[in-house]
Amino acid sequence: MTDDLDDLKAAMKAATPAPDAAKKAAHLALAQKNFEDLQGSRNQARPNSDRPASGLWTGVRNMFATLTTRGGLVATTAIVAVGFVVLSPAGRDLLRPQDLKLTRPAAEQRTEQDEALNAPLAEEPAPAPEPAIEAPIIVQDSAATSAARSTQTLRNQGLNMKAAPGQMLTRPAPTDMIAPLPEADTEAFANADDSPLKITADDPVSTFSIDVDTASYAVVRNSLTNGRLPPKDAVRVEEMINYFPYDYSAPEAGEAFRPTVSVSQTPWNADTQIVQIGIQGAMPVIADRPSLNLVFLIDTSGSMNQQDKLPLLVQSFSLMLGQLRAEDQVAIVTYAGSAGEVLEPTPASEKGKILAALQQLSAGGSTAGQEGLQQAYSVAERMADDGEVTRVILATDGDFNVGLSDPEALKDFIVQKRDSGTYLSVLGFGRGNLDDATMQALAQNGNGTAAYIDTLSEAQKVLVDQLTGALFPIADDVKIQVEFNPAQIAEYRLIGYETRALRREDFNNDKVDAGDIGAGTQVTALYEVTPVGSDAQLTEPLRYGQADTAAAQSDELGFLRLRYKAPGEDSSRLIEMPITADLPPQGDAGFAMAIAGFGQLLRGSTYLGDWSWGDAIALANGNRGDDPYGYRTEAVQLMRLGQSLSAN
Amino acid sequence: MRMETSDEDLARAAAGGDAAAFSALLERRYDGLFALAFRLTGSRAEAEDLTQDICAALPAKLAGFRGTAKFSTWLYRVAVNAAHDRRRRLASHRKAADGWGDWELARRAEAEETAGQVDWLITAMGQLKDDLRDTLALVLDEVTHREAAEILGVSEGTISWRISEAKKQLGALRATEDQA
Repeated sequence: MTDDLDDLKAAMKAATPAPDAAKKAAHLALAQKNFEDLQGSRNQARPNSDRPASGLWTGVRNMFATLTTRGGLVATTAIVAVGFVVLSPAGRDLLRPQDLKLTRPAAEQRTEQDEALNAPLAEEPAPAPEPAIEAPIIVQDSAATSAARSTQTLRNQGLNMKAAPGQMLTRPAPTDMIAPLPEADTEAFANADDSPLKITADDPVSTFSIDVDTASYAVVRNSLTNGRLPPKDAVRVEEMINYFPYDYSAPEAGEAFRPTVSVSQTPWNADTQIVQIGIQGAMPVIADRPSLNLVFLIDTSGSMNQQDKLPLLVQSFSLMLGQLRAEDQVAIVTYAGSAGEVLEPTPASEKGKILAALQQLSAGGSTAGQEGLQQAYSVAERMADDGEVTRVILATDGDFNVGLSDPEALKDFIVQKRDSGTYLSVLGFGRGNLDDATMQALAQNGNGTAAYIDTLSEAQKVLVDQLTGALFPIADDVKIQVEFNPAQIAEYRLIGYETRALRREDFNNDKVDAGDIGAGTQVTALYEVTPVGSDAQLTEPLRYGQADTAAAQSDELGFLRLRYKAPGEDSSRLIEMPITADLPPQGDAGFAMAIAGFGQLLRGSTYLGDWSWGDAIALANGNRGDDPYGYRTEAVQLMRLGQSLSAN
Repeated sequence: MRMETSDEDLARAAAGGDAAAFSALLERRYDGLFALAFRLTGSRAEAEDLTQDICAALPAKLAGFRGTAKFSTWLYRVAVNAAHDRRRRLASHRKAADGWGDWELARRAEAEETAGQVDWLITAMGQLKDDLRDTLALVLDEVTHREAAEILGVSEGTISWRISEAKKQLGALRATEDQA
């Protein structure tokens, strides 16, 4: 009987026609339009008020949709547009040159008119419409066949799918003629160009502040699992590396942290080496920890009204409550339009009261970030007591759009409060207007961490598993300075930390702020170094110069200096150790390097040669180790997604 | 091994308002949806209209996608329900049109003639009762009996019975046709 069914299936397959390309495009466009209409106030993508609901322009657009060749498109567009200009009352107005610019109501009309002006040259390629100007809804059902647009947009977004053959324009269209669907978001990411290759003889000293944030990794994960490659600026390699725990040796009693330095072979270049600097923070006995004063400063502006924002935030904080002790105190301040204290300082033992206050939060209004921050700090100061740790935890999607006239003033304010002993951590939620740059700036100035929470399991990692580290600083202003030996190392390059570079003289200046290490946290930094005489050297040695000094004859690769302050102290302490070639490779160095490669692949870095996604996956897979929380397994899955997406 | 974002993840993102995810998802599913619509309706024009109905209503329906079911199962259910709605509308329309006289008769004769030209199987399926045809359309689309039961809201046994019944009736149709 199964054979019958198989026959039927085969017959059915043969009988089923392929969908008509034009109909398909129309249906997809209809669905997309309905989708966006449905979002309404939820999304920022609003219909342009200039958009005519129906009438002449709609007819014109429909004509475009059925035309296929570029030449035909241009010619008929021209005819129709000329007809419109001549015949319609509005069109007659358009003919008056002095009004030409002012009376063009929408971008698409401009394109049509531009093409009208080019009518006699219909054989030549018409000027491309300016892509970025059009509001999304107009692009949706206008000009440049929507089928081509949708497939192109999808391909731009790197989605793994093929266009039906009938859907393409018959003549390949230059990509810039197709208006990309404008990103209706306002995300801003903090980043800078890759740290450049340095020549040891010219510039032997590399100085940077540590970075314990992991927000970038979560943003990358969020993008990849949603089927898109992350924006290059969202990828901060050091934050991706630091997301994972490594097998560093623990500090001895009395030490705040311990550096571990190792040297191993670079996976993507046979002629260079990786110097891995790992720092393991001490884990104080949890039972002895000082009591905590936490002020949750929660953004309840309208933009937080999405499933992955306020509701996730409430769930995340509920998770965290389980980690607090009876003597800890919690207060909640919200900011939306006007800031307000939703929960007065309450002992963590009254869990019901805190939970009830969390559950009652609802989103609405616009954001008054600065006012909220000021109120949160004043509540925090009321709660502070000797020997306690006070911290404001700001939870936001980053939309500081009201009340902030001067970002510098806000930073100064946070710096001032930091110096008076109240720290600030920032948790980012949701995508769309995540202002990563502001978040980073606030957390860096507030001596806190910035994390991005996209799932409940990320909340578990940040707010439960690693809560102690996030809340209890053990070393402030940790700076790393590495001096390379020009006799051994020809060139070096710091991987990541682009946003954390410090000037050489800042290392010894205790006034210059830097990153902080929390209890039990780890920080990893990787240098790719090129030994003298290696084939991989990218620069020629100088013909003149090369001052020989006694120290340069040493066989050390370089010298590591670390400065940090014990919490509350004003002057820094120094740790020094030489970096020698015989330092054993770190046991799980392979994984850190795979992640470094992953990040650089996402950034389109030029230093990897033909080292590919497949190599990164193989390296990560071979070094997964114990992976008790499954973080590394997840990273391999993300690499696979990245591989598929970037293959398109 | 290649990986891509699962339908379910895209659907959840779309339900949360992600337009790009919605567009990607529908693009991926459109051809299958159209093929199913064709099997449910038996004519290209009807299938196109049905697909349009589904596409138009999908954004609103998707808001209710909870991610508890497989997306494909959920989409099949949406499609089958849309087909039911459409048949119901057409039935009442036909009833209203009964007295329209010559014009309507001529139109229907023409429609029947067109139907004669399409594949025998499609015509034969058109003669099955709606529930048999829906079930057969799903199963011919590689849907398992268990999933089909979930989609149509009947028991798995009913699906098996309907399939064997549909096969029996198709066999009978073919036999009479071969004799003729």
